[in-house]
Amino acid sequence: MELIFEISKKGRRALEIPKPDVPGRSYRDNTEDATVNPLSGSIPSKYLRNTGLMLPEVSEPDLVRHYTALSDSNHGVDSGFYPLGSCTMKYNPKINEDMAALEGFTGVHPLQPEETVQGCLELMYKLEKSLSAITGMSRFTLQPAAGAHGEMTGLMIIKAYHDKTHPRRKIIVPDSAHGTNPASAAAAGFETVELKSSEDGGIDPDALRALMDENIAGLMLTNPNTLGLFEKNIREIADIVHDAGGLLYYDGANANAIMGISRPGDMGFDVLHLNLHKTFSTPHGGGGPGSGPVGVAARLEPFLPVPAVKYENGRYSFDYDLPDSIGKVRSFYGNYGVAVKAYTYIIRLGFEGLKQASVNAVLNARYLMQKLAGVYELPYKRSCMHEFVLSCTFMKKYGVSAMDVAKRLIDFGFHPPTVYFPLIVKEALMIEPTETESKETLDRFINAMLTIAEEAEKDPELLKNAPHTTPVTRPDDVAAARKPVLRYI
Amino acid sequence: MEVKKNLRYTKDHEWARPEGDRIFTGITDYAQHALGDIVFVELPEKGSALSKGDVLGTVESSKAASDIFSPLCGKVAEVNTELEDKPELVNEAPYDAWIAAMIPDDPAEAVTGLMDADEYEKYIKTLEHD
Repeated sequence: MELIFEISKKGRRALEIPKPDVPGRSYRDNTEDATVNPLSGSIPSKYLRNTGLMLPEVSEPDLVRHYTALSDSNHGVDSGFYPLGSCTMKYNPKINEDMAALEGFTGVHPLQPEETVQGCLELMYKLEKSLSAITGMSRFTLQPAAGAHGEMTGLMIIKAYHDKTHPRRKIIVPDSAHGTNPASAAAAGFETVELKSSEDGGIDPDALRALMDENIAGLMLTNPNTLGLFEKNIREIADIVHDAGGLLYYDGANANAIMGISRPGDMGFDVLHLNLHKTFSTPHGGGGPGSGPVGVAARLEPFLPVPAVKYENGRYSFDYDLPDSIGKVRSFYGNYGVAVKAYTYIIRLGFEGLKQASVNAVLNARYLMQKLAGVYELPYKRSCMHEFVLSCTFMKKYGVSAMDVAKRLIDFGFHPPTVYFPLIVKEALMIEPTETESKETLDRFINAMLTIAEEAEKDPELLKNAPHTTPVTRPDDVAAARKPVLRYI
Repeated sequence: MEVKKNLRYTKDHEWARPEGDRIFTGITDYAQHALGDIVFVELPEKGSALSKGDVLGTVESSKAASDIFSPLCGKVAEVNTELEDKPELVNEAPYDAWIAAMIPDDPAEAVTGLMDADEYEKYIKTLEHD
């Protein structure tokens, strides 16, 4: 497919830019002067561009066709099933967009006086209260722009908390954790200590106990974990960490499994982040941006970023009175439009609706797991939560890998699951169907997976060269990583 | 999976080869096979002092990034800068694609505790059954 720069022809236009209606002004006496560039009054000439911008020049139909063709080549939740494990690619209800497009939200400036944006502040406040109720935390900040940013913010809070008394510089991360966990810990200035998973894919309390000392700032945990398994010993785990003076961080990536059922705050977690772009139905990936609000237990409230939003005497206002605040972690108040969409989702579903969403997410995952586990290997034979991990090692004898299975699924119209993660499972396929898929869709996916398992034995080449039906078949990702071409011209 | 007779091995799949006053280190055939196509090797800094088990560098494949651990206590005397431009050498000839040459703190005991080829071969057989 051609790039828009390649279909560009000089002189073509999709729209006419109006002539500037602000006249230039003479340098000499500041009277109107048509020969002077209107911008030059405020910008010194040495900073003004003399040449045109290198923008593509296309007609409106060419423009529309180009972007329609691009979107046709894409696969999103609006085009098909997207079981990308740990990413919670659930459907994004269109009403969310309508609400975020309301003029009261889009037509304001972040520096407007508080009394003129009471509605905007009310939404932030109520979203914060809703997230607190869902997770059992005391207070939230909406500033972090995505999940990993939330992790870093949470870890900075943990660091600031310990620095008040006795600095601690190590964070424990299980070997099944998302890669962002150790990365965020490093970014926040911690050293990570790896905790090996037990035989049943969870945390072994004794192994954790052995790692605890006065330099351990905390434990980062995803619950259910990346194997889709719930940590049954969570209360004991929390006690072990707390007794040694550490804090518990909850990675909210898998929160879609537990809404309205269990709360990280009740499990003993002190800090967490949620991904509004996963659990709360806002667009994820290229359709973002994301949002990673961070919630804390009461004793950590003073360390939250400023400003928070407070409600007093019938008025909403920004609260800068957090004496131990780690400061701002993002300009203004976070990705505000995403907060509007997430709040829309929460009030539309209500408590019972959110709970049902989690119940259905778990039910859908268990249905897929039951149907596929006989043919694909299930490395941890426990009932899953909202996602589960299969292994393709049995296909090795045909020369077929998990990557080949993933690529072949594209030919059936499905987005592949997450592959080669978590790292503790060889040839891993990590499948998360989400609650918004019908039984018919799940059955089509099951049939595709079973067909592919047969093809692996009968016609391995078919898998190794897949996909066959897409405009681009299999890009050479190894060559791209080894010899990256980072610019177009 | 090739296991070379004259080398010593760690459980994390590094090899060590004494040569003169130096010990060359790299990752094994088993490791490169498990990692898949290696796209980047992060080398240690020359002169850095490492304990056994410290992170010596990182290998990145299209699947994951993995730490390489130092098989001994010593100083990094030299690094194989050829791998910066040609990470694929680790896949093609893992036992030639050394990552660092180290000067051991205690030459007499440098490879003590590491597995020999037979032990390593038995060790990777136990992993295959996982």
